[in-house]
Amino acid sequence: MLQEYVERSYRPDLKPSVASNLIKDNTAIVGIGATEFSRDSGRDELDMACEAIKAAVDDAGLTMDDIDGLETFTLERTSMPTLVGSLGIPNLRFSNQISFGGGASCANVMHAAAAVATGVADYVVCYRSLNEASGHRYGRGDGYVGYLSEAPTLHYGYFFPFGLLTPLSWAGMYGMRWMHEFGVEPEHIGWYPVVLRENAQRNPKAIFHDKPMTHQDYMECQMIVEPLRMFDCCVDTDGAAAVVVTTAERAKDLKQPPAHILAAAQSSPPEQEIQTSYNRPIITGLPETWYMAQELFRVAGVSPADIDVAQLYDPFSLGGLVQLEELGFCERGEGAAFCEGGDRIRPDGELPLNTSGGLLSEAYIHGYNLIIEAVRQIRGTSTSQVENAELSLVTGGPGVPTSGLILRR
Amino acid sequence: MEYVPGIPILKPSIDADNKPFWDAVANHELVLQKCRACDVYHQPPRPMCPECKSMDTLEWVQSSGRGQIYSYVNFTTDRMAYPAMKVPYAVVLIELDEGVRLVSNMIDIEPDEIEIGMPVEVVFDDISEDLTLYKFKKRAA
Repeated sequence: MLQEYVERSYRPDLKPSVASNLIKDNTAIVGIGATEFSRDSGRDELDMACEAIKAAVDDAGLTMDDIDGLETFTLERTSMPTLVGSLGIPNLRFSNQISFGGGASCANVMHAAAAVATGVADYVVCYRSLNEASGHRYGRGDGYVGYLSEAPTLHYGYFFPFGLLTPLSWAGMYGMRWMHEFGVEPEHIGWYPVVLRENAQRNPKAIFHDKPMTHQDYMECQMIVEPLRMFDCCVDTDGAAAVVVTTAERAKDLKQPPAHILAAAQSSPPEQEIQTSYNRPIITGLPETWYMAQELFRVAGVSPADIDVAQLYDPFSLGGLVQLEELGFCERGEGAAFCEGGDRIRPDGELPLNTSGGLLSEAYIHGYNLIIEAVRQIRGTSTSQVENAELSLVTGGPGVPTSGLILRR
Repeated sequence: MEYVPGIPILKPSIDADNKPFWDAVANHELVLQKCRACDVYHQPPRPMCPECKSMDTLEWVQSSGRGQIYSYVNFTTDRMAYPAMKVPYAVVLIELDEGVRLVSNMIDIEPDEIEIGMPVEVVFDDISEDLTLYKFKKRAA
Protein backbone atom coordinates (compact mmCIF):
# COMPACT_ATOMS: atom_id res chain seq x y z
CA MET A 1 0.00 0.00 0.00
CA LEU A 2 2.92 2.31 0.66
CA GLN A 3 4.79 1.12 -2.43
CA GLU A 4 5.22 4.58 -3.93
CA TYR A 5 6.65 5.76 -0.63
CA VAL A 6 9.02 2.80 -0.34
CA GLU A 7 10.25 3.50 -3.88
CA ARG A 8 9.95 7.28 -3.38
CA SER A 9 8.06 7.55 -6.64
CA TYR A 10 5.29 10.11 -6.67
CA ARG A 11 1.90 9.52 -8.28
CA PRO A 12 0.60 12.95 -9.32
CA ASP A 13 -2.52 11.29 -10.75
CA LEU A 14 -3.77 10.79 -7.20
CA LYS A 15 -3.97 14.51 -6.44
CA PRO A 16 -6.10 17.46 -7.53
CA SER A 17 -4.55 19.82 -10.06
CA VAL A 18 -2.68 22.92 -8.99
CA ALA A 19 -5.16 25.02 -10.94
CA SER A 20 -7.85 24.05 -8.45
CA ASN A 21 -5.84 25.17 -5.42
CA LEU A 22 -7.45 28.38 -4.16
CA ILE A 23 -5.07 28.79 -1.21
CA LYS A 24 -1.92 29.29 -3.29
CA ASP A 25 -0.90 32.99 -3.42
CA ASN A 26 -4.45 34.04 -2.51
CA THR A 27 -4.01 33.85 1.27
CA ALA A 28 -1.53 35.15 3.83
CA ILE A 29 -0.54 35.24 7.49
CA VAL A 30 -0.91 38.88 8.49
CA GLY A 31 -0.58 38.89 12.28
CA ILE A 32 1.48 37.02 14.87
CA GLY A 33 1.34 37.09 18.66
CA ALA A 34 2.54 35.12 21.67
CA THR A 35 2.78 35.27 25.45
CA GLU A 36 5.99 34.87 27.39
CA PHE A 37 7.34 31.31 27.22
CA SER A 38 7.99 29.92 30.71
CA ARG A 39 8.18 26.76 32.78
CA ASP A 40 5.48 27.88 35.19
CA SER A 41 3.07 30.52 33.90
CA GLY A 42 0.96 30.74 37.05
CA ARG A 43 -1.94 31.52 34.68
CA ASP A 44 -4.73 29.54 33.13
CA GLU A 45 -4.81 28.64 29.47
CA LEU A 46 -7.80 30.86 28.64
CA ASP A 47 -5.95 33.86 30.07
CA MET A 48 -2.87 33.14 27.94
CA ALA A 49 -4.95 32.46 24.81
CA CYS A 50 -6.60 35.89 25.15
CA GLU A 51 -3.22 37.63 25.45
CA ALA A 52 -1.70 35.86 22.43
CA ILE A 53 -4.76 36.39 20.23
CA LYS A 54 -5.02 40.08 21.20
CA ALA A 55 -1.32 40.50 20.34
CA ALA A 56 -1.76 38.83 16.93
CA VAL A 57 -4.85 40.93 16.08
CA ASP A 58 -3.04 44.13 17.15
CA ASP A 59 0.02 43.12 15.14
CA ALA A 60 -2.14 42.80 12.00
CA GLY A 61 -3.65 46.25 12.57
CA LEU A 62 -7.11 44.71 13.04
CA THR A 63 -9.64 44.83 15.88
CA MET A 64 -11.51 41.96 17.50
CA ASP A 65 -14.61 43.12 15.59
CA ASP A 66 -12.89 41.98 12.36
CA ILE A 67 -12.31 38.41 13.54
CA ASP A 68 -14.91 35.88 12.40
CA GLY A 69 -13.11 32.52 12.53
CA LEU A 70 -11.13 30.42 15.05
CA GLU A 71 -8.92 27.39 14.47
CA THR A 72 -7.17 25.23 17.06
CA PHE A 73 -6.34 21.68 18.21
CA THR A 74 -8.76 19.09 19.59
CA LEU A 75 -6.20 18.90 22.43
CA GLU A 76 -6.86 22.57 23.26
CA ARG A 77 -8.36 22.88 26.75
CA THR A 78 -9.78 26.40 26.44
CA SER A 79 -13.47 26.25 25.62
CA MET A 80 -14.07 27.98 22.29
CA PRO A 81 -17.39 29.65 23.24
CA THR A 82 -15.84 30.92 26.48
CA LEU A 83 -12.91 32.28 24.51
CA VAL A 84 -15.25 34.01 22.03
CA GLY A 85 -17.06 35.56 24.99
CA SER A 86 -13.84 36.78 26.57
CA LEU A 87 -12.43 38.22 23.34
CA GLY A 88 -15.73 39.88 22.42
CA ILE A 89 -15.76 38.48 18.88
CA PRO A 90 -19.13 39.72 17.56
CA ASN A 91 -20.08 36.69 15.45
CA LEU A 92 -17.95 33.62 14.94
CA ARG A 93 -18.88 32.37 11.45
CA PHE A 94 -16.24 29.64 11.15
CA SER A 95 -14.55 27.36 13.68
CA ASN A 96 -12.63 24.11 13.54
CA GLN A 97 -10.46 21.86 15.69
CA ILE A 98 -7.93 19.36 14.36
CA SER A 99 -6.76 16.12 15.98
CA PHE A 100 -3.42 14.42 16.55
CA GLY A 101 -1.38 16.93 18.51
CA GLY A 102 1.43 18.75 16.76
CA GLY A 103 0.50 17.36 13.35
CA ALA A 104 -2.32 19.91 13.38
CA SER A 105 -0.21 23.08 13.65
CA CYS A 106 0.20 23.95 9.95
CA ALA A 107 -3.12 22.23 9.22
CA ASN A 108 -4.82 24.92 11.33
CA VAL A 109 -3.38 27.57 9.01
CA MET A 110 -4.34 25.52 5.95
CA HIS A 111 -7.97 25.23 7.07
CA ALA A 112 -8.06 28.93 7.97
CA ALA A 113 -6.68 29.74 4.51
CA ALA A 114 -9.30 27.50 2.89
CA ALA A 115 -11.99 29.31 4.87
CA VAL A 116 -10.90 32.80 3.77
CA ALA A 117 -10.20 31.68 0.18
CA THR A 118 -13.74 30.33 -0.16
CA GLY A 119 -15.29 33.31 1.58
CA VAL A 120 -16.87 31.53 4.56
CA ALA A 121 -14.78 33.79 6.82
CA ASP A 122 -12.71 36.97 6.38
CA TYR A 123 -10.16 36.93 9.21
CA VAL A 124 -9.41 33.63 10.98
CA VAL A 125 -7.28 33.38 14.12
CA CYS A 126 -5.36 30.13 14.68
CA TYR A 127 -4.22 29.63 18.26
CA ARG A 128 -2.82 27.18 20.81
CA SER A 129 -2.49 27.71 24.55
CA LEU A 130 -1.00 25.16 26.92
CA ASN A 131 0.53 24.75 30.35
CA GLU A 132 2.63 21.81 29.21
CA ALA A 133 5.35 22.39 31.81
CA SER A 134 3.34 23.16 34.95
CA GLY A 135 0.04 21.45 34.07
CA HIS A 136 -0.70 18.02 32.63
CA ARG A 137 2.48 16.77 30.96
CA TYR A 138 1.47 14.84 27.87
CA GLY A 139 5.03 13.59 27.45
CA ARG A 140 5.08 11.70 30.74
CA GLY A 141 3.79 8.18 31.12
CA ASP A 142 3.03 8.41 34.83
CA GLY A 143 0.16 10.79 34.09
CA TYR A 144 -2.04 7.84 33.17
CA VAL A 145 -1.37 5.67 36.18
CA GLY A 146 -3.86 6.04 38.97
CA TYR A 147 -6.87 7.15 36.99
CA LEU A 148 -6.97 4.63 34.16
CA SER A 149 -7.26 0.88 34.37
CA GLU A 150 -6.77 0.29 30.68
CA ALA A 151 -4.97 1.87 27.74
CA PRO A 152 -6.83 5.02 26.67
CA THR A 153 -7.32 3.93 23.06
CA LEU A 154 -7.47 0.58 21.26
CA HIS A 155 -4.12 0.91 19.54
CA TYR A 156 -2.33 1.95 22.73
CA GLY A 157 -3.42 -1.43 24.14
CA TYR A 158 -0.64 -3.03 22.12
CA PHE A 159 2.02 -0.80 23.73
CA PHE A 160 1.08 0.50 27.17
CA PRO A 161 0.93 -2.87 28.99
CA PHE A 162 4.56 -3.47 27.95
CA GLY A 163 5.80 -0.18 29.38
CA LEU A 164 5.94 1.72 26.07
CA LEU A 165 3.79 4.73 26.90
CA THR A 166 5.61 7.96 26.21
CA PRO A 167 6.17 9.80 22.90
CA LEU A 168 9.92 9.73 23.55
CA SER A 169 9.92 5.93 23.63
CA TRP A 170 7.65 5.61 20.58
CA ALA A 171 10.08 7.77 18.60
CA GLY A 172 13.07 5.94 20.05
CA MET A 173 11.80 2.66 18.57
CA TYR A 174 12.02 4.20 15.08
CA GLY A 175 15.32 5.86 15.98
CA MET A 176 17.07 2.71 17.14
CA ARG A 177 16.22 0.96 13.86
CA TRP A 178 17.23 4.05 11.84
CA MET A 179 20.60 4.19 13.59
CA HIS A 180 21.05 0.43 13.07
CA GLU A 181 20.21 0.45 9.35
CA PHE A 182 22.21 3.54 8.42
CA GLY A 183 25.13 3.27 10.89
CA VAL A 184 24.25 6.53 12.67
CA GLU A 185 26.17 7.20 15.91
CA PRO A 186 25.05 9.43 18.81
CA GLU A 187 27.75 12.02 18.02
CA HIS A 188 26.22 12.47 14.55
CA ILE A 189 22.82 13.27 16.07
CA GLY A 190 24.26 15.87 18.46
CA TRP A 191 24.93 18.63 15.94
CA TYR A 192 21.27 19.33 15.28
CA PRO A 193 20.39 20.15 18.93
CA VAL A 194 23.67 22.08 19.33
CA VAL A 195 22.90 24.44 16.42
CA LEU A 196 19.34 24.98 17.64
CA ARG A 197 20.69 25.92 21.06
CA GLU A 198 23.04 28.43 19.39
CA ASN A 199 20.01 30.02 17.71
CA ALA A 200 18.26 30.23 21.09
CA GLN A 201 21.19 32.29 22.45
CA ARG A 202 20.20 35.08 20.04
CA ASN A 203 16.49 34.84 20.93
CA PRO A 204 15.71 36.48 24.29
CA LYS A 205 12.26 34.81 24.37
CA ALA A 206 13.72 31.29 24.19
CA ILE A 207 13.49 29.10 27.31
CA PHE A 208 17.15 28.13 26.81
CA HIS A 209 18.37 31.68 26.14
CA ASP A 210 21.54 32.24 28.21
CA LYS A 211 21.97 28.49 28.59
CA PRO A 212 24.52 27.53 25.94
CA MET A 213 25.31 23.88 25.14
CA THR A 214 28.35 22.41 23.43
CA HIS A 215 28.59 19.16 21.50
CA GLN A 216 30.44 17.72 24.47
CA ASP A 217 27.58 18.77 26.78
CA TYR A 218 25.24 16.87 24.46
CA MET A 219 27.37 13.72 24.56
CA GLU A 220 27.61 13.84 28.36
CA CYS A 221 23.94 14.54 29.13
CA GLN A 222 21.66 11.93 30.67
CA MET A 223 20.25 9.11 28.55
CA ILE A 224 16.47 9.10 29.11
CA VAL A 225 15.17 6.37 26.82
CA GLU A 226 18.04 4.86 24.86
CA PRO A 227 18.80 5.91 22.11
CA LEU A 228 17.48 9.38 23.13
CA ARG A 229 19.09 11.77 25.63
CA MET A 230 17.89 14.75 27.63
CA PHE A 231 19.04 17.24 24.99
CA ASP A 232 17.27 15.31 22.23
CA CYS A 233 13.95 16.25 23.84
CA CYS A 234 11.75 19.30 23.31
CA VAL A 235 11.35 21.74 26.17
CA ASP A 236 7.97 21.47 27.91
CA THR A 237 6.60 25.01 28.02
CA ASP A 238 3.74 27.14 29.37
CA GLY A 239 2.55 29.71 26.88
CA ALA A 240 0.21 30.59 24.03
CA ALA A 241 0.67 31.71 20.43
CA ALA A 242 -1.65 32.87 17.64
CA VAL A 243 -1.60 33.91 13.99
CA VAL A 244 -4.17 35.75 11.83
CA VAL A 245 -4.99 34.49 8.33
CA THR A 246 -6.83 36.41 5.60
CA THR A 247 -6.84 36.82 1.83
CA ALA A 248 -3.87 38.33 -0.02
CA GLU A 249 -6.23 41.03 -1.29
CA ARG A 250 -7.19 42.16 2.24
CA ALA A 251 -3.57 41.81 3.37
CA LYS A 252 -2.56 44.67 1.09
CA ASP A 253 -4.26 47.20 3.38
CA LEU A 254 -2.93 45.85 6.68
CA LYS A 255 -0.10 46.92 8.95
CA GLN A 256 2.50 44.20 8.32
CA PRO A 257 4.12 42.84 5.18
CA PRO A 258 2.11 39.67 4.48
CA ALA A 259 3.61 36.18 4.58
CA HIS A 260 1.80 34.74 1.56
CA ILE A 261 0.85 31.09 1.64
CA LEU A 262 2.45 29.56 -1.43
CA ALA A 263 1.38 26.03 -0.46
CA ALA A 264 -0.32 24.23 2.40
CA ALA A 265 -0.73 20.46 2.74
CA GLN A 266 -1.87 17.71 5.09
CA SER A 267 -1.22 13.97 4.92
CA SER A 268 -2.34 10.80 6.64
CA PRO A 269 -1.14 7.81 4.56
CA PRO A 270 -2.03 4.11 5.18
CA GLU A 271 -1.03 2.23 8.33
CA GLN A 272 -0.92 5.54 10.23
CA GLU A 273 -0.94 5.31 14.01
CA ILE A 274 -0.18 7.98 16.56
CA GLN A 275 3.63 7.77 16.57
CA THR A 276 3.59 3.95 16.67
CA SER A 277 3.23 2.98 12.98
CA TYR A 278 5.44 -0.08 13.46
CA ASN A 279 3.72 -2.27 10.86
CA ARG A 280 4.67 -0.21 7.85
CA PRO A 281 7.08 -1.84 5.37
CA ILE A 282 9.88 0.35 6.75
CA ILE A 283 9.93 2.20 10.08
CA THR A 284 13.05 4.28 9.49
CA GLY A 285 11.13 7.08 7.77
CA LEU A 286 8.08 9.30 8.15
CA PRO A 287 5.71 8.52 5.26
CA GLU A 288 3.23 11.20 6.36
CA THR A 289 5.96 13.85 6.03
CA TRP A 290 7.03 12.49 2.62
CA TYR A 291 3.49 12.51 1.21
CA MET A 292 2.84 15.95 2.70
CA ALA A 293 6.08 17.30 1.18
CA GLN A 294 5.29 15.88 -2.26
CA GLU A 295 2.03 17.81 -2.25
CA LEU A 296 3.60 20.94 -0.75
CA PHE A 297 6.36 21.21 -3.38
CA ARG A 298 4.03 20.28 -6.23
CA VAL A 299 1.50 22.97 -5.31
CA ALA A 300 4.24 25.55 -4.67
CA GLY A 301 6.00 24.72 -7.92
CA VAL A 302 9.38 24.85 -6.19
CA SER A 303 11.97 22.24 -5.17
CA PRO A 304 13.70 21.67 -1.82
CA ALA A 305 16.78 23.50 -3.13
CA ASP A 306 14.68 26.68 -3.50
CA ILE A 307 13.82 26.82 0.22
CA ASP A 308 15.73 29.60 2.04
CA VAL A 309 14.91 28.66 5.63
CA ALA A 310 12.97 25.87 7.37
CA GLN A 311 11.33 25.38 10.74
CA LEU A 312 10.96 21.63 11.38
CA TYR A 313 8.61 20.33 14.06
CA ASP A 314 11.13 18.56 16.26
CA PRO A 315 9.64 17.01 19.40
CA PHE A 316 12.91 15.05 19.44
CA SER A 317 16.08 15.71 17.48
CA LEU A 318 15.57 12.49 15.51
CA GLY A 319 12.24 13.79 14.23
CA GLY A 320 13.99 16.83 12.76
CA LEU A 321 16.75 14.74 11.17
CA VAL A 322 14.44 12.22 9.52
CA GLN A 323 12.22 15.05 8.24
CA LEU A 324 15.26 16.44 6.39
CA GLU A 325 15.31 13.13 4.51
CA GLU A 326 11.57 12.99 3.84
CA LEU A 327 11.39 16.62 2.72
CA GLY A 328 14.03 15.85 0.10
CA PHE A 329 16.87 17.94 1.53
CA CYS A 330 19.06 14.82 1.65
CA GLU A 331 18.89 11.07 0.97
CA ARG A 332 17.43 8.43 3.28
CA GLY A 333 19.67 7.80 6.27
CA GLU A 334 21.70 10.97 5.68
CA GLY A 335 19.82 13.40 7.94
CA ALA A 336 22.44 13.29 10.67
CA ALA A 337 25.35 13.45 8.22
CA PHE A 338 23.70 16.52 6.62
CA CYS A 339 23.94 18.31 10.00
CA GLU A 340 27.45 17.15 10.92
CA GLY A 341 29.56 20.07 12.18
CA GLY A 342 26.45 22.26 11.97
CA ASP A 343 27.55 24.60 9.17
CA ARG A 344 24.88 23.58 6.65
CA ILE A 345 22.03 24.32 9.09
CA ARG A 346 23.33 27.50 10.75
CA PRO A 347 21.66 30.83 9.78
CA ASP A 348 24.34 31.47 7.11
CA GLY A 349 24.32 27.87 5.83
CA GLU A 350 22.65 26.29 2.82
CA LEU A 351 19.53 25.33 4.81
CA PRO A 352 19.14 27.33 8.03
CA LEU A 353 16.96 25.36 10.44
CA ASN A 354 14.76 26.31 13.41
CA THR A 355 16.20 29.77 13.67
CA SER A 356 14.38 30.71 16.90
CA GLY A 357 15.72 27.60 18.64
CA GLY A 358 12.87 25.29 17.63
CA LEU A 359 10.92 23.05 19.97
CA LEU A 360 14.18 21.82 21.51
CA SER A 361 15.50 25.18 22.65
CA GLU A 362 12.94 27.98 22.14
CA ALA A 363 9.60 26.59 23.35
CA TYR A 364 7.11 23.81 22.81
CA ILE A 365 3.90 25.59 21.85
CA HIS A 366 2.87 22.58 19.78
CA GLY A 367 4.56 24.03 16.69
CA TYR A 368 2.89 27.45 16.77
CA ASN A 369 6.16 29.16 17.70
CA LEU A 370 7.64 27.62 14.53
CA ILE A 371 4.90 29.13 12.35
CA ILE A 372 5.53 32.52 13.95
CA GLU A 373 9.27 32.22 13.28
CA ALA A 374 8.59 31.22 9.65
CA VAL A 375 6.58 34.47 9.30
CA ARG A 376 9.35 36.52 10.95
CA GLN A 377 11.84 35.18 8.41
CA ILE A 378 9.57 36.50 5.62
CA ARG A 379 9.22 39.87 7.39
CA GLY A 380 12.97 40.09 8.08
CA THR A 381 12.52 40.31 11.86
CA SER A 382 14.02 37.05 13.18
CA THR A 383 16.75 37.22 15.83
CA SER A 384 18.64 34.83 13.52
CA GLN A 385 17.54 36.43 10.27
CA VAL A 386 18.44 34.66 7.04
CA GLU A 387 19.51 37.21 4.47
CA ASN A 388 16.96 37.80 1.70
CA ALA A 389 14.73 34.93 2.82
CA GLU A 390 11.98 34.58 0.22
CA LEU A 391 10.72 31.03 0.75
CA SER A 392 10.14 29.89 4.31
CA LEU A 393 9.05 26.32 5.04
CA VAL A 394 7.44 25.06 8.24
CA THR A 395 6.19 21.59 9.19
CA GLY A 396 3.74 20.07 11.63
CA GLY A 397 4.45 17.17 13.98
CA PRO A 398 5.97 14.00 12.49
CA GLY A 399 4.76 10.47 13.17
CA VAL A 400 1.10 11.51 13.22
CA PRO A 401 -1.22 12.84 10.50
CA THR A 402 0.90 15.86 9.62
CA SER A 403 0.89 19.15 7.74
CA GLY A 404 3.18 21.82 6.31
CA LEU A 405 3.36 25.29 4.77
CA ILE A 406 5.59 27.15 2.35
CA LEU A 407 5.39 30.91 2.91
CA ARG A 408 6.70 33.54 0.51
CA ARG A 409 7.14 37.31 0.60
CA MET B 1 12.14 -7.22 33.65
CA GLU B 2 10.28 -6.82 36.94
CA TYR B 3 7.03 -5.17 37.91
CA VAL B 4 6.72 -2.83 40.89
CA PRO B 5 4.23 -4.38 43.34
CA GLY B 6 1.05 -2.44 43.99
CA ILE B 7 0.99 -0.38 40.78
CA PRO B 8 -1.60 -1.68 38.31
CA ILE B 9 -0.61 -2.55 34.75
CA LEU B 10 -2.74 -0.70 32.19
CA LYS B 11 -4.78 -3.37 30.42
CA PRO B 12 -5.49 -3.48 26.70
CA SER B 13 -8.77 -1.92 25.63
CA ILE B 14 -11.01 -4.41 23.89
CA ASP B 15 -13.40 -4.02 20.98
CA ALA B 16 -15.10 -6.40 18.54
CA ASP B 17 -12.10 -6.39 16.19
CA ASN B 18 -9.33 -7.20 18.67
CA LYS B 19 -11.28 -9.38 21.13
CA PRO B 20 -10.30 -12.68 19.41
CA PHE B 21 -6.62 -11.66 19.64
CA TRP B 22 -6.72 -10.91 23.37
CA ASP B 23 -8.99 -13.91 24.13
CA ALA B 24 -6.40 -16.13 22.46
CA VAL B 25 -3.57 -14.55 24.47
CA ALA B 26 -5.52 -15.32 27.67
CA ASN B 27 -5.49 -18.97 26.47
CA HIS B 28 -1.74 -18.84 25.78
CA GLU B 29 -2.15 -18.69 22.04
CA LEU B 30 -0.88 -16.05 19.60
CA VAL B 31 -3.22 -15.52 16.65
CA LEU B 32 -3.03 -13.05 13.78
CA GLN B 33 -5.69 -11.58 11.53
CA LYS B 34 -5.32 -12.52 7.87
CA CYS B 35 -7.31 -11.87 4.72
CA ARG B 36 -7.75 -15.25 3.00
CA ALA B 37 -8.47 -13.54 -0.34
CA CYS B 38 -5.31 -11.39 -0.32
CA ASP B 39 -3.11 -13.68 1.79
CA VAL B 40 -2.06 -10.58 3.78
CA TYR B 41 -1.78 -10.25 7.58
CA HIS B 42 -3.24 -7.19 9.31
CA GLN B 43 -2.04 -5.77 12.62
CA PRO B 44 -3.88 -4.18 14.33
CA PRO B 45 -6.97 -6.21 13.38
CA ARG B 46 -9.71 -4.42 11.47
CA PRO B 47 -13.31 -4.87 10.33
CA MET B 48 -12.33 -4.61 6.63
CA CYS B 49 -9.38 -5.72 4.53
CA PRO B 50 -7.77 -2.48 3.33
CA GLU B 51 -6.40 -4.31 0.26
CA CYS B 52 -9.53 -5.93 -1.24
CA LYS B 53 -12.16 -3.99 0.78
CA SER B 54 -13.89 -7.21 1.76
CA MET B 55 -15.60 -7.43 5.14
CA ASP B 56 -15.99 -11.22 5.19
CA THR B 57 -12.63 -12.66 4.15
CA LEU B 58 -10.80 -11.88 7.39
CA GLU B 59 -9.90 -14.84 9.60
CA TRP B 60 -7.73 -15.64 12.59
CA VAL B 61 -4.74 -17.92 12.10
CA GLN B 62 -2.23 -19.34 14.54
CA SER B 63 1.13 -17.54 14.59
CA SER B 64 4.39 -19.47 14.59
CA GLY B 65 5.29 -17.37 17.63
CA ARG B 66 8.80 -17.13 16.22
CA GLY B 67 10.60 -14.08 14.97
CA GLN B 68 13.46 -11.72 15.66
CA ILE B 69 14.12 -8.45 17.43
CA TYR B 70 13.52 -5.65 14.91
CA SER B 71 14.15 -2.67 17.22
CA TYR B 72 14.12 -1.79 20.92
CA VAL B 73 14.30 1.03 23.43
CA ASN B 74 15.86 0.95 26.87
CA PHE B 75 14.31 2.91 29.75
CA THR B 76 17.36 3.89 31.76
CA THR B 77 15.81 6.38 34.19
CA ASP B 78 12.52 6.91 36.02
CA ARG B 79 11.94 10.20 34.19
CA MET B 80 9.92 8.89 31.26
CA ALA B 81 9.40 5.32 32.44
CA TYR B 82 6.24 3.42 33.36
CA PRO B 83 6.06 3.50 37.18
CA ALA B 84 4.71 -0.06 37.16
CA MET B 85 8.03 -1.40 35.84
CA LYS B 86 11.44 -1.33 37.50
CA VAL B 87 14.14 0.56 35.58
CA PRO B 88 16.18 -0.23 33.69
CA TYR B 89 13.77 -2.09 31.43
CA ALA B 90 13.68 -2.61 27.69
CA VAL B 91 10.76 -2.73 25.29
CA VAL B 92 11.34 -4.68 22.09
CA LEU B 93 9.69 -4.61 18.67
CA ILE B 94 9.48 -8.18 17.41
CA GLU B 95 9.11 -9.00 13.72
CA LEU B 96 7.35 -12.36 13.59
CA ASP B 97 8.17 -14.81 10.79
CA GLU B 98 4.75 -13.90 9.33
CA GLY B 99 6.00 -10.30 8.89
CA VAL B 100 3.74 -8.83 11.58
CA ARG B 101 5.47 -6.69 14.22
CA LEU B 102 4.48 -6.68 17.90
CA VAL B 103 5.76 -4.63 20.83
CA SER B 104 6.69 -6.73 23.87
CA ASN B 105 9.35 -7.45 26.49
CA MET B 106 12.13 -10.06 26.74
CA ILE B 107 11.76 -12.26 29.83
CA ASP B 108 15.15 -13.93 29.96
CA ILE B 109 17.78 -11.33 29.12
CA GLU B 110 18.90 -7.98 30.50
CA PRO B 111 18.44 -4.76 28.50
CA ASP B 112 22.14 -4.51 27.67
CA GLU B 113 22.10 -8.00 26.09
CA ILE B 114 19.45 -7.09 23.51
CA GLU B 115 20.53 -6.98 19.88
CA ILE B 116 18.64 -6.24 16.68
CA GLY B 117 18.30 -9.50 14.72
CA MET B 118 18.27 -11.77 17.81
CA PRO B 119 16.00 -14.82 17.20
CA VAL B 120 13.11 -15.08 19.68
CA GLU B 121 9.99 -17.09 20.44
CA VAL B 122 6.79 -16.26 22.25
CA VAL B 123 5.97 -17.15 25.87
CA PHE B 124 2.96 -16.17 27.93
CA ASP B 125 3.08 -14.27 31.19
CA ASP B 126 0.06 -14.59 33.54
CA ILE B 127 0.48 -11.29 35.30
CA SER B 128 -2.75 -11.38 37.28
CA GLU B 129 -6.03 -13.25 37.30
CA ASP B 130 -7.41 -11.06 34.54
CA LEU B 131 -4.30 -10.14 32.55
CA THR B 132 -2.07 -12.35 30.41
CA LEU B 133 0.52 -10.81 28.10
CA TYR B 134 2.67 -12.27 25.32
CA LYS B 135 6.38 -11.93 26.00
CA PHE B 136 9.46 -13.27 24.23
CA LYS B 137 12.57 -15.27 25.04
CA LYS B 138 15.76 -16.03 23.12
CA ARG B 139 15.83 -19.09 20.90
CA ALA B 140 18.59 -20.84 19.01
CA ALA B 141 18.96 -19.47 15.46
